[in-house]
Amino acid sequence: MDFITKNLPYLLAGISVGGQYALIAIGYTMVYGILRLINFAHGDIFMVAALVTVYATTTLPLYLSIPLTLVVTVVLGLAVERVAYKPLRSAPRMSVMISAIGVSYLLQNLALYVTGGLAQTYPAIPFISDTIQIGPATTKMVTIVTPILTIVLVFALMQLINHTKIGMGMRAAANDFETSRLMGIKVDNVISMTFLIGSFLAAIGSVLYFTNYASVVPTSGAMPGLKAFVAAVFGGIGSIPGAVIGAFIIGICENIIKGLGWTTFSDAFTFALLIVILIVKPTGLFGEGATDKV
Amino acid sequence: MLKVNDLKVNYGGIEAVKGISFEVPEKSIVTLIGANGAGKSTTLRSIVSLVKPASGTIEFMGENITGKDTNEIVAKGITLVPEGRKIFPDLTVLENLKIGAYMRKDNLTDDLNWVYDLFPRLKERHWQPGGTLSGGEQQMLAVARALMSRPKLIMMDEPSLGLAPLIVKGIFDIIKEINKQGVTILLIEQNANMALRTADIGYVMETGSITMTGSGAELLVNEQVRAAYLGK
Repeated sequence: MDFITKNLPYLLAGISVGGQYALIAIGYTMVYGILRLINFAHGDIFMVAALVTVYATTTLPLYLSIPLTLVVTVVLGLAVERVAYKPLRSAPRMSVMISAIGVSYLLQNLALYVTGGLAQTYPAIPFISDTIQIGPATTKMVTIVTPILTIVLVFALMQLINHTKIGMGMRAAANDFETSRLMGIKVDNVISMTFLIGSFLAAIGSVLYFTNYASVVPTSGAMPGLKAFVAAVFGGIGSIPGAVIGAFIIGICENIIKGLGWTTFSDAFTFALLIVILIVKPTGLFGEGATDKV
Repeated sequence: MLKVNDLKVNYGGIEAVKGISFEVPEKSIVTLIGANGAGKSTTLRSIVSLVKPASGTIEFMGENITGKDTNEIVAKGITLVPEGRKIFPDLTVLENLKIGAYMRKDNLTDDLNWVYDLFPRLKERHWQPGGTLSGGEQQMLAVARALMSRPKLIMMDEPSLGLAPLIVKGIFDIIKEINKQGVTILLIEQNANMALRTADIGYVMETGSITMTGSGAELLVNEQVRAAYLGK
């Protein structure tokens, strides 16, 4: 009991950051599920979303700048797919992956150019930035909002995938492109839908994530992007519930480690976990049987 | 109904189909027989635009459909039951059937009842993932899935492959039954005996060219066909 009371702030922070990783990880796992591609640009799309919020809030009220962030991020995600991945549809997978790495650096450098290399102060968003007291722990409202919002969004997403026509098309396309085409499914539309959902959730994740941070820099997307990627691999890449559970486990473990006073090792833990998973169970918790080399 | 004119297709760096022409009349069963690698599958795949023809034309109901997008061709009423069945293993039997009707927006109840009548086994197993069915059941599902698009022409790529003789007979009975209900069928088979017994018109394909044509009954008694494909 004493352990829990003492570590409550860390546990709460862990659940919260876990939810934020989950929202990013879904983008990785869905794109992998359908294209067998690790979209290395995903973390940078998440960073661009934060920059859009920063710039939008300087001129627009919040109720416009958040929707604008969502729209711009979705358009960016769709544009990246159209320009950098679609022309390589029949190319070897390695080429698409290299293209993804290229997009990642392109977005980081564009951000560097636009921001002039200066850290951009992230706006305090009312309500979710408010301070609240939970037992002995003082935290921000976002700590409570994140896991709830994450669970609601994941539930909605699972409904979409399991109980709608486009969701059925997505599952079919993840099985087999050619046969899906024979069914009259427009596979390119299904792929676009996947990028749309992934970018949308990453944009929401960015609002929640950066509320805990003072500023955004061009490399801000790299670390949460990598952590979310590890979460997706841990859960079994291609599986949405796997990615969400993996993300919560990683978020909680990292913060408990911080609570134990080993803050220096919290990042190392995540990547050590990646190595262990790849050795012990490369398909992750809920992964599909066949493994592919990344 | 379907007219293929001087079709040439390159596949995997070779000329797999070397200028073939054939016709499928409405409400008939037509078969293309030939050995493995003769270009039969490539011919069917190019009709639904899964591979692009190098030259030649494909006409369906008087309209040139050469090189159109696959989903447009499916919308016009052509469907392909692919080689190896290619059902969606993670989708349930019912979802596999529904996805066959992906392009349609109307009510599917009548069609589901229709295919359940043809294949009662699928009704019993409608909640099971497609991947858990036996080979014969998967073939039934692949045919039923194709029927769900309400096709005018069904093309079948080796429906008997890898199935026990009794099940093969069942599949061919169903093919005849579907044809009786007004659906035109283009069948390719290595099981020449079964295919020719079922078909109104047969074409023999060898290394990318059509070498012989005749009614199913004629080809069945033809000396060359018997020697090459019927093992007599």
